[in-house]
Amino acid sequence: MSEKAAAASKSFFTPFNVVAGIIVIIGLILTALRFTGGLAAVTNLSDYNPWGIWIGFDLLVGVALAAGGYVTSAAVYLFGMKRYHSAVRAAILTGFLGYALVVLALHYDVGRPWRLPYPFIIQQGTTSVLFEVAACVALYLTVLFLEFSPAALEWLGMEKLRNLITKLTLVLTIFGVILSTLHQSSLGALFLIAPSKLHPLWYSPYLPVFFFVTSVIAGLSMVIFESTLSHRYFGDKMDEDHIREKDQIALGFGKAASYVLAGYFAIKVIGVSAGNHWHFLGTSYGLWFLVELFGFVALPCFLYAVGVRDKNLRLIRWTAVIAVLGIILNRFNVCLIAFNWHLPSSERYFPHWMEIGISVFVVTIGVILYRFIVTRMPILYEHPEYTDAH
Amino acid sequence: MSISRRKFLGWMGAAGLSTAFGSPVHAAANKHFKGYPDSLGVLFDSMLCIGCRNCEAGCNKVNGLPPPDLPFDDLTVLSKKRRVNTRTFTVVNLYDHSEGIKNPLFRKIQCNHCLEPACASACFVRAFTKTKEGSVVYDPSVCVGCRYCMIACPFEIPTYEYDKVLTPRIRKCTMCHPRVIEGKLPGCVEICPNEALTFGKRKDLIKIARDRIRKYPDRYVDHIYGENEMGGTSWLYLSGVPFKELGMREDLGVTPAPELTAGSLSTVPMVAGLWPVLLTGLYAVSKRKEKIAKIEQHQAIASTLEKANAEAESKLSKALAKAQKEKDAAIKIEIKKALEEAKKTQEKEGS
Repeated sequence: MSEKAAAASKSFFTPFNVVAGIIVIIGLILTALRFTGGLAAVTNLSDYNPWGIWIGFDLLVGVALAAGGYVTSAAVYLFGMKRYHSAVRAAILTGFLGYALVVLALHYDVGRPWRLPYPFIIQQGTTSVLFEVAACVALYLTVLFLEFSPAALEWLGMEKLRNLITKLTLVLTIFGVILSTLHQSSLGALFLIAPSKLHPLWYSPYLPVFFFVTSVIAGLSMVIFESTLSHRYFGDKMDEDHIREKDQIALGFGKAASYVLAGYFAIKVIGVSAGNHWHFLGTSYGLWFLVELFGFVALPCFLYAVGVRDKNLRLIRWTAVIAVLGIILNRFNVCLIAFNWHLPSSERYFPHWMEIGISVFVVTIGVILYRFIVTRMPILYEHPEYTDAH
Repeated sequence: MSISRRKFLGWMGAAGLSTAFGSPVHAAANKHFKGYPDSLGVLFDSMLCIGCRNCEAGCNKVNGLPPPDLPFDDLTVLSKKRRVNTRTFTVVNLYDHSEGIKNPLFRKIQCNHCLEPACASACFVRAFTKTKEGSVVYDPSVCVGCRYCMIACPFEIPTYEYDKVLTPRIRKCTMCHPRVIEGKLPGCVEICPNEALTFGKRKDLIKIARDRIRKYPDRYVDHIYGENEMGGTSWLYLSGVPFKELGMREDLGVTPAPELTAGSLSTVPMVAGLWPVLLTGLYAVSKRKEKIAKIEQHQAIASTLEKANAEAESKLSKALAKAQKEKDAAIKIEIKKALEEAKKTQEKEGS
């Protein structure tokens, strides 16, 4: 819509472009500060708090919210739910951009980003959970790139290569699910090594399972959330199939998310009882834990169920927002809020505004790239010359 | 894809061999690693420490660290809760403690040099090494700067040069590894005027510590901190008050850090091995369902068509019969008409 208006009036200064432009300029300035002044110049990181929101948000939340790619492609290509087919390309694109931006954000966070390939080419620290995360994320980014590439190749008119890659769909999907299972859970396993630092209500030997299950919830909810946004802002790009299937997708994914949330609620309670941590529920951290458990697990579970029963799409879409916020809250709790809970408040971490600025910058790049791609490539519609492979 | 029998046997053989000669982690799974034999360590006796900060000065000197903000003979800093940082590998703090002991109580903080270090286990580029001498040393030439070692360390020891742009390093005590292999004492031990620090083989230090506890049961609590904490550390501590009052955590447990993540890591090959089976299985099930649905659809269409055909045929034959009847009737009428006509003509001719 804004695209057409811009083309008509020949004006580049649409509200989206102005806001995005300002964020990008600030982001570039902050980038310059980061790479000329070191981490100390732009972050509040300390020797007690080596990981801030660039890990808590950009890595942990970023990877979880990019789970829509493997969840949707598994549903459609492996479990045979073809009625959700029109959701696949958008979900894969979001996943691919999500992971690409995670890797971009890591370049800001690690001290010597040019050494990021070292764990693969110089020395392999295979006893480290982080090694597994790094290996899986690197491989999965490649898989997502290949899964996304047919859309780009259709746009570029490279038919032969496109046909070759679409033949790999099944293998790539299986590979993607394996890699996602491994690294989504391993992001939780990162914290297994620090039982003395993470609050007992969040620390659990089941952390890897919790992280994997929540990634499914995040994936399902993000597909609902972003299809709502896509319909609102790129509705003119959608073909009939997409518009027709969109409500079905919200109903089906909402139903699945409700079930998974119910299971997650159960294993969270099991986690508390396995550690016999009931007495912590009476403390202020316990209250916060209950807010997460009831406000962002039980509530969206219930609302999804009601929304599906009543076929109330509006309710389902709002519930997706609550569920996504719940995932963000959970990752923040594990990595930042309940981590280092034993330290006095003077030693605790709160992000510097420039850290938040970089995170906003990275998300904005994602939105700009998404917009660039869906307004050009066949993501929300089928390319008229390539309707065969679906 | 087809696999020859020979190839398959080859693979199985390779799998068997790697199990037999498997990684040292698995080989040692049911053994308790007690550190390298004759590895070295330091015993800190808080009852002998007088808080003179000489060890801080000695450490600063032998490691060539930048001068401190306040000179080492300024003892007012002792009551602040200081921690190690990139310019200070060891600090001595003064602790408030319960009744009973008249003297002020101090504790020295530095890397404890775990027998199975969390930092080394967490490092994805193996920048940390537990040497056979007992030190945990760090190699900045491979470090990526992810700072997972700092998350992992239960003693909050590794520090990071956040202010460096191109060459940020982790900084921490090395138990003076370069000096130790030359046969010298660690800087802090060498300078300590009151023998609060004892350097030696870890197993001897444990004996010394036990002797002190036995000889002076009123002076010491009956615990050697570091003997078993986090699987054991090369630095050992004696105290006259519960270690908690010296700001040391008593809830760390005795599990070495690598074991905390070993279980999760061991599921990786299982997922990699079984998921393809599970997923292709689910794919096959959904494909088969689709196929059966298609066959059933075909059958349904065929039977509907048959029915429709039969109905149409019967309708047609009925219609044909009806048409025949009508035709017959029409012929009869025509014949009747013709006959009547003929009769009339005859009558006319006759008249």
